[in-house]
Formats: sequence, C-alpha cells, structure tokens
Amino acid sequence: MADKVNVKITVNGKLYEREVEPRLLLSDFIRHDLGLTGTHVGCEHGLCGACTVLMNGESVRSCILFTVMADGAEIRTVESLGTMDNMHPLQEAFQEKHALQCGFCTPGILMTAVEFLDGNPNPTAEEAREAIDGNFCRCTGYENIVEAVQLAAKKMAAH
Amino acid sequence: MKPAPFDYFAPTSVEEAVDRLAELGYSGKVLAGGQSLIPAMNFRMARPAALVDLNKIEELAYIRPTDDGGLAIGTMTRDSVVEDSDLVKQRFPIVAEVMPNIAHKQIRNRGTFGGAIAHADPAAQIPALTLLLDAKLKIISKKGERWVDAPDFFMGPFMTVLEPEDLLAEVLLPGLQPGTGSSYKQVSRQKGGYAQAAAITKVVMDGIKVKDVRVVLFSVGETAILTQEPARVLTGQVPTSEAIEAVAAYVAMNECDPGSDIHGTTEYRRNLVHVLVRRSLNEAIERAKK
Repeated sequence: MADKVNVKITVNGKLYEREVEPRLLLSDFIRHDLGLTGTHVGCEHGLCGACTVLMNGESVRSCILFTVMADGAEIRTVESLGTMDNMHPLQEAFQEKHALQCGFCTPGILMTAVEFLDGNPNPTAEEAREAIDGNFCRCTGYENIVEAVQLAAKKMAAH
Repeated sequence: MKPAPFDYFAPTSVEEAVDRLAELGYSGKVLAGGQSLIPAMNFRMARPAALVDLNKIEELAYIRPTDDGGLAIGTMTRDSVVEDSDLVKQRFPIVAEVMPNIAHKQIRNRGTFGGAIAHADPAAQIPALTLLLDAKLKIISKKGERWVDAPDFFMGPFMTVLEPEDLLAEVLLPGLQPGTGSSYKQVSRQKGGYAQAAAITKVVMDGIKVKDVRVVLFSVGETAILTQEPARVLTGQVPTSEAIEAVAAYVAMNECDPGSDIHGTTEYRRNLVHVLVRRSLNEAIERAKK
C-alpha cells in the first residue's frame, strides 16, 4: 500500500488537513471524507460532468483529479451556493424555469454555470448552450437549463 | 471505478522531477493534467506503480514570445490558458481556433499542452498542431536535454520517442511566415466529442500562386498525419478548384487509414477527409489572400 500524503485543502472557505491515499479521487474526498454529498458522481471517468466543482475559481471534474493534486487549492462545491432560505440566483432560476427533474446532473451544471456567468454576465442562448456542453442531463432536454442560466444572469445583474 | 494504489511523488523543480524519473525507470509515469491518464487509471486500463506529479512545478507553465515571432510553451500550460492567451491569438490564430474544440471547459482547465503531446492520442488536436507548425520539442532527462522535431516524436498510437526517464519540458513553435492563412475543419458527433475526421491547413500565398502549403489530418490513422500530396501538387501553382478537388480526393484515398466503428465506416470517414481537406484548403487560401 502506497504511503499516505498530507494535504491541506480549503473547501467552501474551510481549511481541511487530512492524510489521504494518493489514489483517492477528489470527488470521493469531497463526498466520503468531508460528507459533502451535494457533488454527484455519475460516470466516474470524466464524461458526464455531474462531479464538476470549482478549483481556484475554475470548473474541474473532481472524478478525474486525485485529491493530492488539489493540495493547497480552494475548492467550491454546490453547498457553497445558497441555502433553502437564501438561494443563489442560479438556484432560484433553476427552480423558476423547472430546469431540473431528477436533479442528478444539477450540482455539476450549477458549478459550471457559476464560472461561465462570472466571465459572461449576459450570455446568448447559444453561448449558454455551449457553456454546458460538458454536462449530461438525461431528463430535461436542456431547453429549460439554458433558459435558467440566462434568467440567472438577469437576476445577478439586478442584484 | 477506483484506481489501483500507486506511489506518489510531487517534485517542485524540473531537476527533482528528472532525478525521480531516472530512479523509478519503467515503474514511473509522469502525471501532467491527468485528464486522459486518470480516467484510464479509474478503469484500471493503466496501473502505474508510481506517479511523478508535475503540477507543483511552476517553472513548467508559461507562454513566452520568441524573437522569430514564435512562442515557447511550457509543458504544464493549461489548455484553457493557451486558448485565452492574447499572444497565442496574435501569433498563432490557428491554435486559438482549434483549442475550444478540445473536450470541454472543465477538461481544458486542467489538461495541459505538453501532456496531450506526450499522450499522443491519434484523435487529439494538439499533436496535430505540432506537425502543422513545425514544433520543436524539448526533452529533459537526468542525462541532459535534447530537441526532437514533431514528425520524429510520434511513433504510433499513444507511442512516442519519450523514454521512461524523459520529461517533455517545452514546445517551441517557430514564427509563421507573414501572410500565413490557416483553417481547421472537423466533424464530431457532438461538441467536444472526438473528431471522426479532421483537417488543419496552413497556406502562404505568393500573389495568386501557392508558396507553401501543409495539411495535417487526425483521427484517421495511427498518429496525426502530415500529408504530402498538397505540397507536391499545389506549391508554385494557382490553386484552382479542380486542383484542390483532386488533391483532397487523393489524400482521402491514399494518405489516411481510418478505421470502422459504430460511429462511421472507413468509407464514410474517407469521404469526410475528402470534404474537410477541400474546405480547409479553400478557407486557408481565402484567409492567406487577406
């Protein structure tokens, strides 16, 4: 068995110091070690996008990163966005536009959209569609997701 | 879907990394962005005994202008950094045009320019760009450093001249001739998916005649393919639509070797090559004239 490695990783503003196996995927660290189960694991080989989180502000697929590669990084998961009482504009928009059915892909799409709207605060439908090209949704057919991303942009501009 | 255990090393300098690679020999493997290696390890198709992680070596991530109008790109430069770089857009617009077609944003945020070259996936864009642009590849090992020209680097699917103790450190792109026009054409089943066939072209015109032309294909052979026929036929000639059509047809029949899979037959993909070579030649020539 390979030696464990000490890592310091900030997740949603809180610093965690842990001993981890080098082979531990970042997605499993987030879900199993930290208990943050909002990040979903779909395909586990970097195709579906459900496990998308932000690493130093950039969207990444946590199932194809080793936890050790995130040593010193700042991670944001879907839990950082909002609460039931105080939702993030993206979450409000997804609710209003009925942009989820089963909700499995939603955390990954939300985190992808956070980075996207950060760089493009007023996207066209085409741009929003391209932004989520790395996220599979098997329920909705994407139309409402695209509308929700655009609505969220308007909400965020009004804030 | 969990990788097998491995020993992990995270050097913070190139010197430390090549020492470690020399010590590990065949049991060591370089970890760059990991966007191809880690999925393969999740499936246990790859089971390296030890990984040497380059992510903490800051000196390997850079884009530097060179005096001849080219660029030196450090092996650990993220694809998204290359994609967004103003220097890249100015000096190699074809690179900026190709980059957004590589997988998805989440992958490009971690995947690296040098990692894709060392991985040598026959369906990947960046190895093809190195053939198109006469890239020179700087390889460092404990024994010293050497430079390899891109055409001599790729040996087969996922095979290169890199030895276990070698580190691909830098990609040097020589400056383009003034007036170079280029074009990228691919067909894939969805945005970000593997291309079923793709062609990248660069052309320099001398008035109405072709001074220099190069067409590279990928996803239709064991490596990216630097084709011969376009330069042989078109150099010094007026590129008439008949000549371009004949070149595209020849390339599709004789200079690629596409396989058959559930997404397309060999015949279909040869037809794609024919159409994509024609379109990319036409567009590159148009752009070169401007």
